[in-house]
Amino acid sequence: MHELSIAQDVLQIIAQYVPSPDHGRVRSVRMRIGALAGVMTESLRFCFAVASEGTAADGAQLEIEAVPGRARCRACQDIFQPRDCILICPRCHGNCVDLVAGNELQVLELEVEECTAAISSGENAIPPGC
Amino acid sequence: MAVITIERKVLERNDVFAERNRALFARHGILAVNMVSSPGSGKTSLIERTLEHLRSSVRIGVIEGDVQTTLDAERIACYGVPAVQILTQGGCHLEAHLVAQAADSLDLGSLDLLIIENVGNLVCPAGYDLGEARRVVVLSTTEGDDKPLKYPGMFRSASALVINKIDLLPYVPCRLPDLEQNALQINPTLKIFEVSCTTRAGIADWCHWLCARS
Repeated sequence: MHELSIAQDVLQIIAQYVPSPDHGRVRSVRMRIGALAGVMTESLRFCFAVASEGTAADGAQLEIEAVPGRARCRACQDIFQPRDCILICPRCHGNCVDLVAGNELQVLELEVEECTAAISSGENAIPPGC
Repeated sequence: MAVITIERKVLERNDVFAERNRALFARHGILAVNMVSSPGSGKTSLIERTLEHLRSSVRIGVIEGDVQTTLDAERIACYGVPAVQILTQGGCHLEAHLVAQAADSLDLGSLDLLIIENVGNLVCPAGYDLGEARRVVVLSTTEGDDKPLKYPGMFRSASALVINKIDLLPYVPCRLPDLEQNALQINPTLKIFEVSCTTRAGIADWCHWLCARS
């Protein structure tokens, strides 16, 4: 996928809590990324390192909690771990399958130090207009 | 050291804009369709054939998404329907906030159908809800019958598949039954249309489905 765009989205979320280096320095960002989310984690680390330069998250480590894929077959109710994005039930070979887990792409928490100003609570994080 | 709990989706901003778009379109009674494909499969040509077939009975607006140029919006404008061009200038997919900005330029009260032509890309647009009611993937016979297996995310996210350039089947190795089997293996709910934007074959059936509000 487009890991630079994702890194920029992560930094936008971080900026809602730690707007600038004056507010503190982010030491780590814990994320949850599903195996089927289409994200290359090493590319994301690279892009995050580049995009975070000069921000409060400059130098921050990405700690990634990987979530394996899990799917449920609607026909036989078998729950299985898909090997790839082609969801076929290994028990009945049906293809009416719902993805239960493995599509996550979340920012979970930040570790911030050297706080010299109040850190935002992140309220009103979504802009009211375009 | 302070620990700040966030627990937010990375793409939540897009999801919020998408829901706003969805509500806006519903308020105006507009059916919004997001058309996705790789470059060159014939999305713009399919929109042109659709306009030829429907513009006298359905009020249609078009939002075009491209990395560069206004060529596609200019093509659509020739059909006398409102068209807005989004230029991503490097972005590989449309996002909901861009569609919201483009929709601001349209008189939504005068539209029944809004066709959004996404940036040509079979990967990234799959992950971005634009607020559409239907997502249609266009695949041409020249691209090969294995593409649904290679790009499952996109085909799983769509409600319809339009197979274009069927007039070229005698000249390409693509096997239509294999292509359709592969697509249905990924997404058994796909509605499949076989068309040629050159000969107009299959366009009437596609347009009939497009206008159905079920």
